[in-house]
Amino acid sequence: MTGASEIAGEVRSGSRRARDVVEEHLARIAGRESELHAFLTVMGDEARAAADAVDRVVASGGDPGPLAGVPVALKDNMCTRGVPTTCASRILEGWRPPYDATVVTRLRAAGAIVIGKTNLDEFAMGSSTENSAFGPTRNPHDRTRVPGGSSGGSAAAVAAGLVPVGLGSDTGGSIRQPAALCGVVGVKPTYGAVSRYGLIAFASSLDQIGPLASSVGDAAALLEAIGGHDPLDSTSIDAPAPQVTGGLNDGVEGLRVGIVRELMHEIDADVVARVEIAARALEKEGASVDEVSVPAAVHGLSAYYLIAPAEASSNLARYDGVRYGLRVDGEDITEMYNETRAEGFGPEVKRRIMLGTYALSAGYYDAYYGQAQRVRTLIIRDFDAAYADHDLLLAPTAPTTAFALGAKTDNPLTMYLSDVCTIPSNLAGHPAISVPYGTGDDGLPVGVQLLAPALGEPVMFRAAAALERSLT
Amino acid sequence: MTTIATAWETVVGLEVHTELRTLTKLFCGCRNEFGSEPNTNVCATCMGLPGSLPVLNRYAVELAIRIGSALRCSVVPSIFHRKNYFYPDMPKDYQISQYDQPINVDGSLELPDGTHVGIVRAHIEEDTGKTTHAGATGRIHGADHSLVDYNRAGVPLVEIVSAPDIRSAEQAKTYVSELRAILVATGASDGKMEEGSLRIDANVSVRRAGSSELGTRCEIKNMNSLRSLVRAIDYEAARQIALVESGERVVQETRHWDEGEGRTHSMRSKEEAYDYRYFPEPDLVPLEPTDEWISEVVASLPALPAARRAALAGVAGVRPADVAVAVQKELDGLLLATIEAGADPRVALTHAEHNVDIAQPLDPVTFARVVTMQVEGALTATQAKVVLAEVQATGAAPDDIAKAHGFESMDDDALASVVDEVIAANPDAWAKFVAGDAKVTGFFVGQVMRATQNKADGSAVTALLRLRAAE
Repeated sequence: MTGASEIAGEVRSGSRRARDVVEEHLARIAGRESELHAFLTVMGDEARAAADAVDRVVASGGDPGPLAGVPVALKDNMCTRGVPTTCASRILEGWRPPYDATVVTRLRAAGAIVIGKTNLDEFAMGSSTENSAFGPTRNPHDRTRVPGGSSGGSAAAVAAGLVPVGLGSDTGGSIRQPAALCGVVGVKPTYGAVSRYGLIAFASSLDQIGPLASSVGDAAALLEAIGGHDPLDSTSIDAPAPQVTGGLNDGVEGLRVGIVRELMHEIDADVVARVEIAARALEKEGASVDEVSVPAAVHGLSAYYLIAPAEASSNLARYDGVRYGLRVDGEDITEMYNETRAEGFGPEVKRRIMLGTYALSAGYYDAYYGQAQRVRTLIIRDFDAAYADHDLLLAPTAPTTAFALGAKTDNPLTMYLSDVCTIPSNLAGHPAISVPYGTGDDGLPVGVQLLAPALGEPVMFRAAAALERSLT
Repeated sequence: MTTIATAWETVVGLEVHTELRTLTKLFCGCRNEFGSEPNTNVCATCMGLPGSLPVLNRYAVELAIRIGSALRCSVVPSIFHRKNYFYPDMPKDYQISQYDQPINVDGSLELPDGTHVGIVRAHIEEDTGKTTHAGATGRIHGADHSLVDYNRAGVPLVEIVSAPDIRSAEQAKTYVSELRAILVATGASDGKMEEGSLRIDANVSVRRAGSSELGTRCEIKNMNSLRSLVRAIDYEAARQIALVESGERVVQETRHWDEGEGRTHSMRSKEEAYDYRYFPEPDLVPLEPTDEWISEVVASLPALPAARRAALAGVAGVRPADVAVAVQKELDGLLLATIEAGADPRVALTHAEHNVDIAQPLDPVTFARVVTMQVEGALTATQAKVVLAEVQATGAAPDDIAKAHGFESMDDDALASVVDEVIAANPDAWAKFVAGDAKVTGFFVGQVMRATQNKADGSAVTALLRLRAAE
């Protein structure tokens, strides 16, 4: 299995054709797809054509871009012109966007090859990819287990070597948690570092696109390719992409790292153990590690499950059968709305639309949505206090290793707890990275999470690369 | 009953939506244009396609600041909210609108008579598309099918909300006329009600004269002209007065004005009102115009109607309300120059209001000459009107036109003999006139005018007729 950097190097030098890279990966997908179900659409023809275009640029002596010939899997909530984009929902079945998401445009400009669209929990709502209307994805390490979610398809595809890199979206942990459960690197960038234009919204103030990769270096290269200001996204930060590849070998000498006390509770012991081993490894490389408190983080989950559903209830209103996607006819407009949405949305999406509608209702707004926003302010304040004397924070990514399919589908609350360690970063708008760090008692991957203040990606990637090196 | 009716006071507050004259829509680059083929000015963003995002139009903000400044509002930092409700002509099933933190607050508008109407707010929001319902009722429920045109979806609007300071239907009309003039003067709107560029909702309540408490209000929608605004407010006030006088209560609700029937219908009560679930729009950032930008916009504002009325009234020596029509017709510049050229202000003003063709050029010195000829008695008012029309049509000199028509004032003896001839020729009518039947006055004046080819002065003829009748 070769990484993105190696592939790009070989394609750029002309020693390997992009077309051959694509054929090889399409073959791998064909070989494993029936057992994993990581993909919702495989874009064979488009990928071959894009690869041929890259090869022509190389042949003519032009610059094919830093990610030349690198196959990329996209979570199927990012718009691809003319290619079905479903959010794993019946309500968007058959819809083909007339435009590319900004990240897709940037990947193509960098020479990368979009090879397919991956499975997810419907509208990114879930932590196991079991909420897909098109069936669950399975964990490549153990096919009886979930890959995590909601970006489970991209995480599984990278973990199985079907693609070197993929993109996911992270609203409450949807990149980092599946990365941890599948044993790959997953990054949630600073809010606004990567354009959301063309990302189908779940919760607009929390959603952020980021890379999944088999190495920290590949994740860094991908982030540099997709990041940076986009005039089409008003919440995009007016700055170039975070520069993260240059410092990967700079080490952690002198960095102050704090283990977040509140995020070490109710975590499986074998996961806690891996975090502590990671802390020792950073100390060995010259960082100082202590424990730090982020008190408001314990309220993160509650606040998240008001803010995210509230925004979702509004974002998903447009799926009404009038203009695109599924329409189920009714006697009048109201019945058409009701029938379409009843048939088009799955149970978890409906649950969150109802939660969010309630949280925004007259008379309840202040007690729910308003209160949750105040918690968000407190979390940012507590993080700021922690970062006053720390460069980075360290925590588990998920409380457990990959759980069995069906284990948490009966009780949504137990599923929601999978994101308890990842949600605070989304609420604060801060970056975080999950790095695979050994295995738990069951032999399945464990991820440890490094958290940084806004725009702290360069230091965060330095430490992540150091952790990665400490394992070998 | 009239004594009871006069004991009531009508209280009106208006919400005026104006489409902004931008080249493109509020949150995307689609053209903002009336009358295009349906669904041709649309894109992913204004169609609300999945994954699309809004980007605020800077020029729309500038026009909103112009409106706010012209209405003496404070321009303040603001944010956008989402107003959530399902309707097929609203692509996202929410409207992006300013809610509790609008860009313009606390202004006022001065009517020509000097009355001030408070402006609560003037905020930015996006327009919806347009739905046409095929079927018996013309409403969405019961329609066989509906057609939606999204060209208007996302067109920028400013909603101007007045305080409940308006006291009659006529005053409401005056307020809208004045507001429209301001919107047109600032370049923010074309002011065309017939194209929907200006849309009005009225909050109407009634109370006993002298009371300082507001009555329960109803919001009236669907008034498509100034005439229907006046009719609807008058109807609604009368309806409410009748309700209260018969011992019933006014229910707070939204009512629909039916132009054909000339009455309002209940649309929905307060209890049935939508819960719009407003929350801050997470796809947009706070709007905080810099002081420099606001100052630039304010400095670029043209003179507004109230200031122009004051300027002209000062020079003409009349009240501002007396020059309202002239300013509305954009003739204040011409009048100032004509008065400067020596014309009598009141005579010039009368001609400007009634006899000047605003579509034709008119040189102020020439205009002043016509006015002076009339004041000096060389032309009657009627002749001056004819001369003015020909000056505008041909560009010829007033004196030449007057000579060509044979316009010269008749001497009194000549006029008296014509009057006597007309009396002698119409003995029956004359008998009625002498008996005090004023209706035949016009007949005699007309006869004299005909006999003199309009050279006679109408008031002089009337005076002579009275003199002869008294003899």
